[in-house]
Amino acid sequence: MSEPIVSFHHVSMQFPDVLANDDISLDIYPGEVFALIGENGAGKSTLMNILFGMNKPTDGSVVVKGEEIRSFSTREAIARGIGMVHQHFMLVPSFTVAQNIVLGCEPRVNGFAYSFSAARKTVLDLVSEYGLQVDPDAQVEDLGVGLQQRVEILKTLHRGADILILDEPTAVLTPQETDELFAVIRRIVREKNMTVIIITHKLYEVMAISDRVGVMRQGRLVGACRTSEVNEHLLASMMVGKEVLLEPFSREKPADAAPAVTVSDLFVRDDRGLMSVNGISFTLRYGEILGVAGVEGNGQRELVEALTGLRKPVRGEITVNEQRATRASPGRIRSFGLSHVPEDRMTTGVSRDATITENLVAGKEGRKPFSFLGLHLRKGKMKQYARSVFDLFDIRAAGVNTRVGTLSGGNMQKVVVAREFSFDTPVLIISQPTRGVDVGAMDFIHRQMMNKRGEGCAILLVSADLDELFRLSDRMVTIYEGRLTGEFDPAVTPREEVGRSMMGLTGEDRTRFEKTAAADTRDT
Amino acid sequence: MAGDMFHLVFTPGTFLNMFNSATVVILAGLGCLLTDQAGMMNIGLDGIMVSGAFTAAIVSWLSGSWIVGLLCAVCVGMLFGLFYGLMVIRWKSDEFIIGVAFNIFAVALTTFLLRSIDGQKGSFHPATGFVDRIPALHLGVIGDTPINISIMVPLAIVLVILCQILMYRTPFGFWLHASGEHADALRSVGRSPDMMKYLGSLGCGLFCGLSGAYLSLGYLSTFQENMTDAKGFVAVACVIFGRSNPVLVFLAALLFGFIDAAATRLQDYLNPTLTATFPYIGTVLMMLVIALARVIRKKKAAS
Repeated sequence: MSEPIVSFHHVSMQFPDVLANDDISLDIYPGEVFALIGENGAGKSTLMNILFGMNKPTDGSVVVKGEEIRSFSTREAIARGIGMVHQHFMLVPSFTVAQNIVLGCEPRVNGFAYSFSAARKTVLDLVSEYGLQVDPDAQVEDLGVGLQQRVEILKTLHRGADILILDEPTAVLTPQETDELFAVIRRIVREKNMTVIIITHKLYEVMAISDRVGVMRQGRLVGACRTSEVNEHLLASMMVGKEVLLEPFSREKPADAAPAVTVSDLFVRDDRGLMSVNGISFTLRYGEILGVAGVEGNGQRELVEALTGLRKPVRGEITVNEQRATRASPGRIRSFGLSHVPEDRMTTGVSRDATITENLVAGKEGRKPFSFLGLHLRKGKMKQYARSVFDLFDIRAAGVNTRVGTLSGGNMQKVVVAREFSFDTPVLIISQPTRGVDVGAMDFIHRQMMNKRGEGCAILLVSADLDELFRLSDRMVTIYEGRLTGEFDPAVTPREEVGRSMMGLTGEDRTRFEKTAAADTRDT
Repeated sequence: MAGDMFHLVFTPGTFLNMFNSATVVILAGLGCLLTDQAGMMNIGLDGIMVSGAFTAAIVSWLSGSWIVGLLCAVCVGMLFGLFYGLMVIRWKSDEFIIGVAFNIFAVALTTFLLRSIDGQKGSFHPATGFVDRIPALHLGVIGDTPINISIMVPLAIVLVILCQILMYRTPFGFWLHASGEHADALRSVGRSPDMMKYLGSLGCGLFCGLSGAYLSLGYLSTFQENMTDAKGFVAVACVIFGRSNPVLVFLAALLFGFIDAAATRLQDYLNPTLTATFPYIGTVLMMLVIALARVIRKKKAAS
C-alpha cells in the first residue's frame, strides 16, 4: 500500500463536558473510498471537522500529504485540497449555482467587479470535466436536494479538493438519488484519483460504496478494515458494542379488524398556502402498522397535522374511532383515543426547559392521581409515576428531575414515546420516531411499537427511513406531492419498487427513469 | 377643485422639494439596507442621524467649515455603527433593542448637550458666528422658481448607483448578502461573515451620519431637537418596501419625498397639522401595499 494521504496520530478532542474523540489513530490512503460509521454522538463529525480545520484537537497530530497541520483553519484545509460537503448545505439559496460555486474566490473584471461570464464558464468547464450536470444560471433555492448536493460537490472540486469529506450525504436523498451520488463518487475516485471519506450510519451503503471502513463508538475508533473483510452484522455489533442487529420481527398477518382511522379525499394546505395534501384517502385498521414512505416535504407533515387537529384541512373527512375528527381541536381528537409522536421532538415533542417528570406527566396533569380537584398538582405522585416510566422505558439520565433539554436525542425521543404510549390509546400517529436516534434506542422504540401493535393498537408510521418502514410496517403506502402513489406489502416488495413510487415514477415515467439511470451508469 | 389641486401640487417647486426632502431618507435608507443585507437590520437610524445632525451643526459652527462638520458627523455615525456591530455581532444582543436604545439615547443626549452649550431650548441659534452650510447648486430658474439644490442631492443619487453596483455586481456585495442569508456558507469558503457584518454596520453609520449632516447643514441650516421627525423609520419602511435593493429603496424614498413636498405645498390651504401627517400616512399605505402584494402573491402561488 502507498503512503497514507491523511494520518491521524493519537488525536483527542475534549469538549467542555464530553470527550468527543479519544486517542484516535487512523490512516487514509489516496484513491480510496473510506466510510466512517458509528452511532450518533460517536465522534465521526468531530473527527472530520478537525481534518477540515473547524476544530483544533486538544491532543495528537494530523498529517496531510506528508505535512503536519499546525494551524487549524478552514482556509488552510481548503488550501491543502480538503473539501467538505456538510450535512446542512452551505449554499446561499438566493444565489445562482455559479455564484455559489465561485463564492469566496469570484472571478473579477478589473479586480473589482464580479465577472458573470467567467463564473459561468468556470461552472461549464467543471460540468464537462466531471460530468455532473447542473445549470449554472439556476437559483439554488429552486433546485431539489440531490442537485443542491451536486452543486456542493462541484463547489469543493472547484476549490481544487482532492480529498472529499461527505457528512451523511444520503440522509436527505431518495434511493435513486443515492445511486446517482454513488455513481459520481466512483467516477471521481477512478478518473480523478480522488480520496473520498463518507460519514454514514447506513450499513448497506458502507457495503455498497466503500473500500475500507472505520467504526467509531463513544469517541473511540473501534476498528478499521477492508470492507470486503466484514459484513453488516459484524459492523453493527462493532458500532453498538453488542449484537443488536435489527433483525426482522416475526409477526402474524393482522386479521381484518375494524377500521380505526378513515381518511377520505383529504386536502390540506401548507404554511405557504400551497395545497400539499391533494386528495388522500386510506383506512388504518386495529392491530396493524401502516407505513407512509416518502421523501420529506411531500405532504407527510401536513397529513399528520390534519389527522391530529394541528392543521385544519380544506376538504375531506377524517374519522377516528368512529367519531368525526375533521376540524376538531387537538385536545378533542386526543379524547377520541389518539396519541401523537410528533416528528420534531425539539419543538413540539418536549418542553426542553421542563424536567423529565413534567414532560412525562404533560397531558395527564388534570387527571387522577396527579391532581387534587383539578387545581393542585400532587408532585409526589407525579414523581413516583415518572420514576416507574423512567425505568420501564430505560431513559438514561441522572434522574427524573433532569431538564429534558440536556438529554441526548435518543433519550429525549424515549421521553416523547413514553409519554404518548402511556396514554394507552387505541390509535397512535407516529412521525419520524427514530430520526437522529442511535441504534440501541431505535431498536428499543421499535420493540415498543411492536408491543403496541400486539395489543391491537392501530399505528400510522410516517418515516423517511426506509429500513424502519420495511422492518415495522404491515402495509406501506408511498406519498408523492401530496398524493398516495402506491400501496405495497413490505414482505414481498423490493426497496427499489417503493423508491420509484416515492418519486412518483410509474408506468411510462418509470421507463424514462430507467433510461436515464442506464445513461448514468454508462458514464461510470 | 380637483384640477386646482393638481396645479397646486405639481409645480417645479414641489419636485425640487421632493428631492430635497427625499435625500434625507435616501441616505439613511442606503445605510439601513447595508445592515439588512447583512441580516442585522438597524432600526436605530433616527438616533444616528440626530447625533450626526447635532455634530455637524456644532462642528460647522465651531470650525466655520461645513466639510469639517460633515466629516465629524460621519465619524460619529461610524462610531455608532461600530458600537452596533459590537453589541449585535460580538455580544449577540437583539438588534431591535439596540436600535430602539439608539433612538431614545441620541435624542436625549443631543437635547441635553444643546441646552448645555447654548442654554436654549428647541433649536441651535448661536449668538456669535454662524453655521456654515453645505453649498447648493444653482440650476437656473423655471417660471419664477429659482432652482437651488444642495450638492448632497446629486451625491445621494451617485451613492445609490454605487451601492447598486456594489451589491449586485461585486463579490463584496455577494459576501455582504451571504453573511446575512447564510453566514456558515460564507464561513465554509474561508471568508469571515462577521467581518462583512461589521463593514455593513459601519457603512450604515457612515450613511446615517451623512444624512444627519445634510439635515442640519443642507435641508435646514440649524440643529433642532429631535429633528429627524422619525424619517429614520420612514427609511426603514422604504428599505422593506424596496426589498433592500438600492434603486427600489431610492424610488420609495422619492415617493415619500413627493408626499412630503406636496403636503408642505398644501399646508397653506389645508390644516397644517393635517398635512404634516401625509408623509406618514403615505408610509403606512406603503406598508399596506407590501402586505397586500404578499397576500396576492401567496394566493397566486397557491392556485
